[in-house]
Amino acid sequence: MEPLLAIVIGVLVALSVYLLLRKNLVRVVIGVVILSNAVNLLIFTLGRLDRGIPPLIAAGEYVPTEAIANPLPQALVLTAIVIGFGLFAYALVLTYRAYTEMGTINVDDMRVAEPAYKGEELPETAVTEGEEK
Amino acid sequence: MNHIVLYPLLIPILTASIALIAFNNRRLQRWIGVIGSALLLVASSVLLYVVSTDGIQVVQPGNWEAPFGISMVADLFSALMVLVTGLKAFVVSVYALGDMDDERESFGYHPLYQILIFGVIGAFLTGDLFNLYVWFEVMLITSFVLLALGNKKSQLDGAVKYVVINLFSSLIFLSGVGIMYGITGTLNFAAMAEALQGTENTGLVVTASMMFLIAFGIKSAVFPLFFWLPASYHTPPITVTAIFGALLTKVGVYSLVRMFSLIFTQDIGYTHTILLWIAVPTMVVGVLGAASQYDTRKILSFHIVSQIGYMIMGLAFFTKIALAGVIYYILHNILAKTNLFLVAGIANKEVGSYHLSRLGGLYKTNPLLSSLFAISAISLAGLPPLTGFWAKYTVIYAGLEVQEWVVIGFALAVGLMTLFSMTKIWMGAYWSPLPDASRLASDPDFKPVSGNQKAALYIPVAIIALVIVVLGIFGEPFFAILFEAAEQLLDPSIYINAVLNP
Repeated sequence: MEPLLAIVIGVLVALSVYLLLRKNLVRVVIGVVILSNAVNLLIFTLGRLDRGIPPLIAAGEYVPTEAIANPLPQALVLTAIVIGFGLFAYALVLTYRAYTEMGTINVDDMRVAEPAYKGEELPETAVTEGEEK
Repeated sequence: MNHIVLYPLLIPILTASIALIAFNNRRLQRWIGVIGSALLLVASSVLLYVVSTDGIQVVQPGNWEAPFGISMVADLFSALMVLVTGLKAFVVSVYALGDMDDERESFGYHPLYQILIFGVIGAFLTGDLFNLYVWFEVMLITSFVLLALGNKKSQLDGAVKYVVINLFSSLIFLSGVGIMYGITGTLNFAAMAEALQGTENTGLVVTASMMFLIAFGIKSAVFPLFFWLPASYHTPPITVTAIFGALLTKVGVYSLVRMFSLIFTQDIGYTHTILLWIAVPTMVVGVLGAASQYDTRKILSFHIVSQIGYMIMGLAFFTKIALAGVIYYILHNILAKTNLFLVAGIANKEVGSYHLSRLGGLYKTNPLLSSLFAISAISLAGLPPLTGFWAKYTVIYAGLEVQEWVVIGFALAVGLMTLFSMTKIWMGAYWSPLPDASRLASDPDFKPVSGNQKAALYIPVAIIALVIVVLGIFGEPFFAILFEAAEQLLDPSIYINAVLNP
C-alpha cells in the first residue's frame, strides 16, 4: 500500500504546484486545496498503515492485549481536514470579493496594494491609503 | 497541578466570548476589550514571576500524562514572550479606542482581536507540535479576517497574497509535522527531543527540519520568503498593522528558536550554517527595501524583515549569549517597531498621510509626538542607551565570540542603514516644512485629533516609550532573566525533564 500512496501523494503535490503557479486566482486556491489533501494523505501514510486490527480494548481490560492500529493519525487528519475546509471557504469568499472589487482574477494585475508610484514625489492624483475615505 | 499557565489563554478567549455577547454594543465591546487585555497583562506578569522563581511550569490538561496528552509548557522564554504579548495587547487595545472606526467595530473587530491574542499566546505556551499547528491556524484565520475587515480594494489585494502564501506555509508545516510523527512516533516536544537524541537517522531529521525552516521562514518573513509582508502589512488600519508587525512574525521566530534549539540539534554545523546565511540577506534586503520606500508604513514593514535577520543570526550563532540576545531582540523589536507604527498612525491622524511627501512640520507643531518618535527610532536604530543598542550589542558580541567576521560586518552595516531610514522619516515628517499638498494644509474639512481620542492615542505610545527607556537604562536585572532563559534553551534536558518527569 505504501508505494501506491506515495505515488498518489507525489502526483497530487505535482498537480497542486502546477496550479499554484497559475495566474488565475481560482486555480491557485484549488491548488492549495489539492495540496492540503496530499498532506493529509501523507500524515495518514506516515502513521503506518495497518489493516484489520481495530484500536478497540476488550471489555474488562485497561490496555490493549494485542497489536492495534494507531488511531492518532486519523484524529490529526480529521482536525486538519476541518481546518482546511474552513480556510478554503474563507479563501473562496476572498477570491470572489477580490474579483468584484478589482474586476480581475489575474494575480499579475492585482497591483492595488503596491501601485507603481513609490518614489519620493507622489503624482498629484495619487491617493495614498491614509487619505482614502 | 499548577493552572497558572492556563490563565493567559483563558482570559482572551473569555474576553472574546463576552465581547461577542455584547456584539450590538460597540461602546461596551471596547471596554470589555481593554479590561480583558489588562487582566491578561496581570496574568502574564504573574506567570513570568512564577516561572522565574519556581522554574518551568507544566500543565497537562485533562490529566493526560505527557507524552499522551497535550502539554502546556511555560519556560522562561515562553513566559517572557507571553508577558510582552500581554503588554502589547493592552496598549494596542487602548490605542484602538482612538483609532478603530465604527464600521470595523460593528463587524467584530474586538472579539477578533482577542482571538488573535489567544492564538499567539497558545503558540507560545504549547508543548505539542500538532497543537502548535492548530494555534497557528487560530492566529492565521483571525489575522485573515482582520486584514480584510473593511473591504477596501487595497486590503483585499493584500489579503489575497497574505492568505495564499500563509495557507501554503501552513501546509508545509503540517507535512513536516506528519514526517516528524512518522520518525519519532510522538508529537510532544519533550518526548520528540528525547526520541531524537542519538538518532542514527540524521539525514531524514535534517530534511524534516528544512520543511520547518521553510514553513516558519515564510511566517517570520526571512529572505527569500518575505515578499508577502511588505505587500500586505500596510493595507489594514494602523492598529491592525501594529499588532501584526508586533506579534505574527515573532511567533514564527519563536517557533524557529524552539525547534532549532530543542529538537533539531543533531547536525548544528549544517542546519545553523544555513540559518546564518539566510540571516545575512534577510537583514540586507530588508534594509535596502526600506531605503527605497517613502510611505512610512512600508518603510517600517521592510524594517520588520531586516530585524528578523538579526534574530535568525543570533539563533545561528547558538551560544548562550547569542540566545539571550535573540530573546532580547525579539522583545525589543516588539516594543520599538510597533511603537513606530503607532506613532505613524498618530502622524496620519494629525497631518493626514502616511507618505513622506505629504507629511511635515511635526517637530514645530508637535514636540511630544516628535520625542516619542525619536525614542522609538533611536532604539530601533540601535543607539545607546536604549533597548535596541543592548539587543544589537549582545547579538553582535556573540558573533565576535564565534568569530563570524563577515556576518558581523553585514550586521553593523545594516545597523547604519537602519539609522538612515529613521533619519529619512525624521527629515520627511518632522523637520521639513508642512507641504501644501498635505491634507492638513489643503483640506479645510480635515481636523487633527483632540480630546479623549488624543489621549487614547498618545498614552499607549508614551507607556511603551517609557518601557523602552527603563529597560535600556536599568537593564541589568532583566539580563539575568535572559541568561537564565538562554540556559534553558541551550540545555534541552531541563525542558525534557520538566515535561516528562515532573
